[in-house]
Amino acid sequence: MTGYLLRRVGGAIVVLLGLSIIVYALFYLAPKDPAILTCGKGCTPDRLAEVRAAMGLDASPPAQYWEFLRGLFLGRDFPAGPDVRHCPAPCLGYSFETDQPVTKLLTDRLPVSASLAIGAEILSLAVGIGAGLLSGLRRFRILDRIVNGLILAGYAVPVFLVGLFLLLLFCVRLQWLPFPTYVPFTTDPAAWAENLILPWIALAVIQSAAYARLTRAGVQESLAEDHVRTARAYGIPEGRIVRTRALRGALVPLVTLTAIDLAAIMASAVLTETMFGLPGVGQLLVGAVNQIDLPVVVGVTLLTGFLVVVANAVADLLYAAVDPRVQLR
Amino acid sequence: MTLFRRLLDDRAFLTGAVIAGVMVLVALFAPLLTALAGQDPTTFHPELLDSARGGVPLHGITADHWLGVEPGTGRDLFARVVYGARVSLGVAVSALALQLLIGVGIGVAAGLGGRYTDAVLSRLTDLTLAFPLLVLAIALLAIVPQSWPRPALLAVVIALLGWGGTARIARGETLSLKTRDYVSAARVSGAGTLLVARREILPGLAAPVLTYAALILPSNMITEAGLSFLGVGVRPPTPSWGQMLSSATTWFRADPMYVFVPGALLFVTLLAFVLVANGVRRVVDPRQREVLR
Repeated sequence: MTGYLLRRVGGAIVVLLGLSIIVYALFYLAPKDPAILTCGKGCTPDRLAEVRAAMGLDASPPAQYWEFLRGLFLGRDFPAGPDVRHCPAPCLGYSFETDQPVTKLLTDRLPVSASLAIGAEILSLAVGIGAGLLSGLRRFRILDRIVNGLILAGYAVPVFLVGLFLLLLFCVRLQWLPFPTYVPFTTDPAAWAENLILPWIALAVIQSAAYARLTRAGVQESLAEDHVRTARAYGIPEGRIVRTRALRGALVPLVTLTAIDLAAIMASAVLTETMFGLPGVGQLLVGAVNQIDLPVVVGVTLLTGFLVVVANAVADLLYAAVDPRVQLR
Repeated sequence: MTLFRRLLDDRAFLTGAVIAGVMVLVALFAPLLTALAGQDPTTFHPELLDSARGGVPLHGITADHWLGVEPGTGRDLFARVVYGARVSLGVAVSALALQLLIGVGIGVAAGLGGRYTDAVLSRLTDLTLAFPLLVLAIALLAIVPQSWPRPALLAVVIALLGWGGTARIARGETLSLKTRDYVSAARVSGAGTLLVARREILPGLAAPVLTYAALILPSNMITEAGLSFLGVGVRPPTPSWGQMLSSATTWFRADPMYVFVPGALLFVTLLAFVLVANGVRRVVDPRQREVLR
């Protein structure tokens, strides 16, 4: 178990290092010089050199990358005119565009993306498990068809198309909801939910289909097993069989998927956030990419990569926890 | 032959195949269609816009402009949608071709190679499968010069980031194929690894890989549309359905038609391709009673 954890953490670090090197390399291959962009028009060579130094761009790329890594674990100092400013660990540098610490930009926006992902995941699980269960028990024939249709649609619709449709319907035509603007949960929980409900639905349309399919397959498989037949023969009520046996078997794969999907939604929420104008991590990335704001792009990529790696490890551990047959090696 | 008969009995597959076929024809004959309509996708028509209302089109569907015109510019919507089909499908298909090339190459190499080759290539595959590719694609597309041809670039980026699934399937099938008697026979009779790969393994891979490929095609279209929607993919004046939807978001209160046309086309086309993929899958893999995977 300890060996497994160590190897898992080691692998994750290698992956994250690789990712950060790729992103760093890409930006130095890019034909745009961020120092010139920052310095603006009428930039003198002296001023340019100063800007370069302040941005940490005067060293060679490998040296810059090394500085970046040190900053991440130990913090680092940036020259700012006559003074020096200290950026405590985990330091991801300062945004070229707004001059704010990247760590702060990320922590400011993480709650938005997390609200989006967690709400969407809960809604998807509720709808997906419910529909999958009903359809797996074959209570309603029509439901089978609806679930099939949903699964196909889930594959065929881009999330921003669902988003556009929802906005048109609920905000423009029916005017039941305001155009989404983010309200922090701590300020006003009701307004928070009201503004996020459309993005949640948009994501759930796509996500719940996968859960419905898995639940249905799991329920049908479990109900066909011998121990269920035995339980039936003993006269155990059908409702209890479904609850204790069928559902249990069906939910095991979902437990692990939930962790991975939460991270995946946060990583791919760029589209949803842009569509609904939510100031999350994804929107930060789109803005930074257009401004060639290297520290922010590296920060967002590393953060999403980190979330995905952690989620995968958590999924493996959960899998072992819910299914005793699984051995972690 | 019986496989083909069973496909023809599948009504969902047939519907999908007909719609997908029509879309492919539209994409192929885009210049012909726009010539028939007497329009082209890049000419501005400011005289057709209501400048008092911020550039909303004066008329809806007219005899000249079969689907009306774009707000703001007055470009012919029909011509843009038709050329957009060309870009959207073109990017998705070229990306698919590249993905299959890379994926099958790496998968077969991993399956036939030694222990270390397999380990390295498999880890690489896992890496591309686990990563938030949208984030990397956005970063990649933003830094290349604006002058590079965007559609070709999109196809390459989508392919470079999305070959993992194909590689995994190709590797799995290769591992199982290489234990078959006829492959051992070929080896014993002196065939080298390359010859075995080409003659004995590749033909066996065709069915599973192509079934999977049918599913990647719509997902490539979704990725293209998403990247163009974010403004890092296809850019105006080149039309693609995602790019049109991106411009449409600023107009969607004033001119819902502009959202509706590319949106509906994108949805219907994607659904058609998914139905085709699903039909093929059910026929090729009879164990697969379940819809998709």
